[in-house]
Amino acid sequence: MIRIRDLNIHLKEFNLFNINLDIETNEFFVLMGPTGAGKTVLLEAIAGLIPVKSGSIYISEKNVTGLAPEKRGVSIVYQDYSLFPHLTVRENIIYGLHFHKIDKERSDETFDRLVENLNLSYILNRFPLNLSGGELQRVAMARALMVNPEILLLDEPLSALDPGFREEIRAGLKKLHRDSNVTFLMVTHDFAEALSLSDRAGIMNDGKIIQTGTMESIFKRPDSTFVADFVGMKNLFAAQFHGTKASTGNIEIELGAKPANSHGYIAIRPEDIVLSREELTSSMRNSFAGNITEISDHGLYYEAGIMVENITFKSLITKSALLDLQLAEGTGIVVSFKSTAIHTF
Amino acid sequence: MTKKEPFFWVTVSCGIVIMAFILLPLIELMTAPSFAMLKETIKDKDVVRSIWLSIYTAGLAALISFVFGTPLAYVLARTDFRGKKLVESIIDLPIVIPHPVVGIAILSVAGKNHWIGELFNQVGIRIMGSVTGIVVVLTFVGMPFYINAVKNGFESISPRLEKVSRSLGASMFSTFFRITFPLAWRSMLVGIVMCSARAISEFGAVVIVAYHPMIAPVLIYERFEAYGLKYSQPVAVWLVFICLTLFLILRILTLHDREKA
Repeated sequence: MIRIRDLNIHLKEFNLFNINLDIETNEFFVLMGPTGAGKTVLLEAIAGLIPVKSGSIYISEKNVTGLAPEKRGVSIVYQDYSLFPHLTVRENIIYGLHFHKIDKERSDETFDRLVENLNLSYILNRFPLNLSGGELQRVAMARALMVNPEILLLDEPLSALDPGFREEIRAGLKKLHRDSNVTFLMVTHDFAEALSLSDRAGIMNDGKIIQTGTMESIFKRPDSTFVADFVGMKNLFAAQFHGTKASTGNIEIELGAKPANSHGYIAIRPEDIVLSREELTSSMRNSFAGNITEISDHGLYYEAGIMVENITFKSLITKSALLDLQLAEGTGIVVSFKSTAIHTF
Repeated sequence: MTKKEPFFWVTVSCGIVIMAFILLPLIELMTAPSFAMLKETIKDKDVVRSIWLSIYTAGLAALISFVFGTPLAYVLARTDFRGKKLVESIIDLPIVIPHPVVGIAILSVAGKNHWIGELFNQVGIRIMGSVTGIVVVLTFVGMPFYINAVKNGFESISPRLEKVSRSLGASMFSTFFRITFPLAWRSMLVGIVMCSARAISEFGAVVIVAYHPMIAPVLIYERFEAYGLKYSQPVAVWLVFICLTLFLILRILTLHDREKA
């Protein structure tokens, strides 16, 4: 369990401001945010590897703010794996045992279990130099878990791996977490990873934690323009609310429910915006005619920008839809979206 | 085959000129004395003594640099502090100061008119004209080479390795001896070679502080002054030969280890 209270860190290039965070025992917590947001700094602060300006960090109810890193029971796995190059895989894995009083029988059992679960038996006597990314990653995990840490910090552990590999390791990670009572705190840039692994997540920006919650709630109900933009809510408009309606630019949108505030933002995921030739009359409460201003190729799908009055909506469409509707820049088209797809804050 | 551009031939010819410039005098020196003369020279007790003195004073300078320079090199590689650039410039000072000036500077502190010199005198340490003095001078001129080489070595080791080690339960001391030192010792060896190579070649500062006991460069200079080129050459050849052998051995040792890792 980790509790962080009013944590401030001021280093030359990195700052953290008023971090408050609660992570429960055996939770899988994911930290996301743009590069330079301070995610790694937060991990290193929890591990005790960088000096804290003010605030406190508790691990299992114990204040560890001033405690040396070797006394915290926090293991860390870096993106570059950071294996000791002069030690064999076996020596890397058991490195931490030199400093822990764990009886031989128990440590042997842990070692065998980790080697088995992470499939490392065939490389135990090799040096890290010639191992593949996936192998290095598994060794780093084994080394970190060998000392029975209370908390395992993972700094983008999967991002340097081949995409094909990632899925496998992700599944392995999930199993490791399920089979242990270690608290996992992982930094990632990958939404798929975050969605499949995390119990809860936190979004960071500019040294602050902006929003925490389950990944799904963050995805569907961002509470700031930054998070909305970060999770891909490309339709984000400042709006005035009156009754169950919102007005933005020259158009009026039916929200289906009355928002709490009188003005704020409305956000709609681009995949929730449907394009059609004719006006749709279904449960779609909102329907506007507009013109396509741009179409861009994103590989698996296309993104279209549609100008309605003075507002540009972004919509994701498949290639077949693009062909069926004969869309091109300048085409007149109708955009529709359910009022339930609209998030206001 | 494509025609080489003129630029290519310019680089090649400059390279050849430089190679010749370095190698010709050395080859001429090495081949000048006859074998009998070399044999004669190495039987000369003064020659053996001076070469031995050169090697072990340079070795001592390297050892002192190793003991005192390693922690400083580590701090410079790992931390950033106000005035770091200044400290680094001070370390490099001995490289740019003319050699006789170094000798004079050391004497002005170690001489009788200075309280430090007076203190040394009272506890029986003599700098002027002593082996101690030679070691002090050689350490002064050799230390920067050691510190710079080792600093680069430490910088090339990711701080994350140390961080991981700490998080796995190792104290800073254990981390240094189990992780940092094993990964940096090769650069320390390079630093020792650089430092002692610089030390063994020092002449200008040494003659001022200690003409006697004679280190090899001073002996070579004396033979040249007193008897001429012909008599100084064999000593020079022996010095070059023994130094090259020592450095070759160190080089082989380091290469051997690299293949293993």
